Amino acid sequence: MSGWWGPEMLLLAALLAPLAAAVLIPFLGSVPNLREAVTLLAAALLAVFVWSLLPHVLAGERPEWTLTQALPGIAIAFRVEPLGMLFALVAGSLWFVNSVYSIGYMRANNEPRQTSYYAFFAIAIAATIALAFAKNLLTLFIFYEALTLSTFPLVTHKRSPEAISGGRIYLSLLIGTSMVLLLPAIVWTGFLAGTLDFAAGGILAGKAGDGMLAVLLALYVFGIGKAALMPFHFWLPAAMVAPTPVSALLHAVAVVKAGVFAVLKVIVYVFGIGTLAESGAGEWLAWAAGFTVIAASLVALRQTNLKKRLAYSTVSQLSYVVLAAAILMPISAVGAAMHIAAHAVAKITLFFAAGSIYTASHKTEIGELDGIGWRMPWTMGAFGIGALAMIGVPPTAGFLGKWFMLQGGVATANWLAVAVIVVSTILNASYFLPIVWRAFLAEPADGDGKGGHKHGEAPFAVVAPLVFTAAMTLVLFFWPDVPFALAQLMLKG
Amino acid sequence: MTAIGAHLPILVVLVPLIGALLAALCRRGWQGLSIAAIACAADVLFGIWMLQEVRATGQPLSYVMGGWAAPWGIEYRVDVLNAFIVVFVSAIGAVAMSFAGPSVTSEIDEDRQAWFYSMFLLCLAGLLGIAVTGDAFNIFVFLEISSLATYVLIAMGRDRRALLAAYQYLIVGTIGATFYVIGIGLLYLATGTLNLADMASRLGPVVAEDVRPVMAALAFVTVGISLKLALFPLHSWLPNAYAYAPSVATAFLAGTATKVAIYLLLRFFFAVFDPSLDFVSLPVDDILIIASVAAMFLASFSAVFETNAKRMLAYSSVGQVGYITLGIALANQDALTGAIVHLFNHAIMKTALFLALGAIFYRIGSVRIADLAGIGKKMPLTFAAFVIAGLGIIGVPGTAGFISKWYLAIGALESGNWLLVFLIVVSSAIAVAYIGRVIEAAWLREPSELAAKATEAPAAMLVPIWILAIATVYFGIDTRASADIAAEAARMLLRVVQ
Repeated sequence: MSGWWGPEMLLLAALLAPLAAAVLIPFLGSVPNLREAVTLLAAALLAVFVWSLLPHVLAGERPEWTLTQALPGIAIAFRVEPLGMLFALVAGSLWFVNSVYSIGYMRANNEPRQTSYYAFFAIAIAATIALAFAKNLLTLFIFYEALTLSTFPLVTHKRSPEAISGGRIYLSLLIGTSMVLLLPAIVWTGFLAGTLDFAAGGILAGKAGDGMLAVLLALYVFGIGKAALMPFHFWLPAAMVAPTPVSALLHAVAVVKAGVFAVLKVIVYVFGIGTLAESGAGEWLAWAAGFTVIAASLVALRQTNLKKRLAYSTVSQLSYVVLAAAILMPISAVGAAMHIAAHAVAKITLFFAAGSIYTASHKTEIGELDGIGWRMPWTMGAFGIGALAMIGVPPTAGFLGKWFMLQGGVATANWLAVAVIVVSTILNASYFLPIVWRAFLAEPADGDGKGGHKHGEAPFAVVAPLVFTAAMTLVLFFWPDVPFALAQLMLKG
Repeated sequence: MTAIGAHLPILVVLVPLIGALLAALCRRGWQGLSIAAIACAADVLFGIWMLQEVRATGQPLSYVMGGWAAPWGIEYRVDVLNAFIVVFVSAIGAVAMSFAGPSVTSEIDEDRQAWFYSMFLLCLAGLLGIAVTGDAFNIFVFLEISSLATYVLIAMGRDRRALLAAYQYLIVGTIGATFYVIGIGLLYLATGTLNLADMASRLGPVVAEDVRPVMAALAFVTVGISLKLALFPLHSWLPNAYAYAPSVATAFLAGTATKVAIYLLLRFFFAVFDPSLDFVSLPVDDILIIASVAAMFLASFSAVFETNAKRMLAYSSVGQVGYITLGIALANQDALTGAIVHLFNHAIMKTALFLALGAIFYRIGSVRIADLAGIGKKMPLTFAAFVIAGLGIIGVPGTAGFISKWYLAIGALESGNWLLVFLIVVSSAIAVAYIGRVIEAAWLREPSELAAKATEAPAAMLVPIWILAIATVYFGIDTRASADIAAEAARMLLRVVQ
């Protein structure tokens, strides 16, 4: 496989495929079928490219490509390492599924401005892939901001007053935290370490005192607002005003995972797990993450709007990853990586289901879902599987991540982390199971069958993707080899 | 070749000066425009030529006027720093001229258009003269030439408030020039020379004898130049001047006039006075840091609450000047690089923004933010360029603005002042608010009455706007032609010091 179609070409092709779609789509506004074909083709190509990269990475290759030297000693450069590979696989594969869903959803709901919708969606995916493959902090930061900016038009897609105010919160919180906290952290790191390249074992060992490490870590984890650590999580519920496919892929997978991915990258490749564990600078992080896990679950419990409840569940689940990283054990870092993949397929299923319900019945509130399971058996069946994965029940993928995290927690006698995982599992169950219960076992409300809106399943293009991702949630439990192998390789760099 | 090459420093000034005279003799706008465009293009070439020569030889180009040797006659002296200034000032002029045709036709009466170009060229000649000359009094002459031309340019605005704005600037500008000339007078008394390089070498013994007249001179020169570069709180003339001048004039002045004044400050602080004098005996750096931080915050806040988009950008300029003066005050390699590269980066981005507003004004006749509602749908290409340049002002990574702020932040850390790093990033976050307001209105709101009738700007306007928008991104990624030269200029200034 050497020669011109080597792994470097694959890397470049993966970066360019969504970008090419973004360039073409605006010219095809008058031919919707061709426009959607471009999206699907780019998504399929991207999936092929990232999956073709996988054997190279598993074989120990680390394809690299440098765009240019932007600052002294700091290039805009890409390098495929195992964790980035895992994230790119998740985002790249789900883009195709989500595109099928988008087409079904946007057409069935007669959404306006679809051309700009698909164009910005493609830009957001391009930014996600570039972020996943970033070789250094500068490149990561560039595409982190590009991801925020390209998703802003998607969040404000409806252009209602609610969308505009949601967009304001979204932009000001994400740009604000990244500029005010993350950027100084990066500048400071560059100043201390003399490099911004990610490296196994970190680049800050011996370069900073314990106190400074703790401050830097705080700047990073709060500055990466996309990880939605409280109190900087408000942007995520605000983003729920977007069309549901956006919430599904971007605000359950690409954007939020970019956040925890960046946190994980920083802890593993900038600080180094060993350096952090020795200095004790990361102890507070387990508390902050644990607090977010529990508090967000409690808030989720009180949400009556389905998408809002899912959003708070995401806030809580994201902090699992941060918590797992904060345990600072290799095994728990593996758990964190596994959870990135598992939560992605499960949460996208839940959002797909929420969008499917909206498309079929225009219902958005949990209280309206009584008995809907019998009208929409595929949708609600998939929702049930997704819910089980959130709780962490086998045989769903959600179980695996939690299992490794618990192992890490027990091994380090970090009883705080163990308690948080146990309590939150109970909370997860208590806000997800009632929905499934209502859907299948509660009597439909009066008038729903007669005067109300009579409906069955959503269109095929909406239902097929969610069945597929639900199936993936199960498949990942039985065959976790790929994410597991990548997670273990991550620790070697 | 060499026949021209030997005279480059003076040609840079003479070409627009003669062009101004020719344009004044023209009847029609397009004749003046052609002369102005040719003069700008020639100056860009001369500038690049000089820049390459000084970078290749590592020696400044010296040109003695009329064959009178240096300390007695007037010397033009071009090094990396002012060659860089010449290149981008004339390049901004060239871009503004390629935009000017339709805009000037619609904003200025037919019989005055040639005058407009004449004044533009006079202003350009003055600005470039300040940049290339190595003589303190000659600087004053060019300062007055550029200022007088600027007053006329501003007063040519259609809005009658332009007259008041020009008058306001006339008074403030005259005070500034007077302060400058008083400072130069004191320096001449103390050293007996007006040649900057000669003055620098003679100041040492003079200071050893009696520091007070030199300190007084430093104070007068600093305040005089600070008025011209609109250092907070001496910026009151700028918002009105920018808001009511014709669109092309605003775009050109915003990119160049304050930048050349900042160049003067650099020249005096590092090449004439010794930082041991200006930063130790008289704590100019502390004062400058306070004024810069105040500019970064207060002017940016004023921008957030402004209802007129041109005034909003004008306040933003005052804030951005704060970053540059901050870098000057920190006076280390990286901070100074950040300051110098931001001269260039800000010129590109702000000119792009003002040109985009100029194109919108050309279509709808207003730049009130309320009237811009929905314009993004009607003029998507103009608006997209506005967004890109606006992201540059915010300092989003991948744009030129980010590069400047990176160097400034590293420079602040080098000086051990980590608090300044946070002040830099927090104040950039304010830019999100004021740029975001325009984007939100233009893109998400229903079209206003004026915007509903608008159509996309003509290609003649789109091309220059997009050249600058692409440059905003290009110089955020490839910094060889911007930050590398700025770093070289900073090294030179700091070497002079040592």
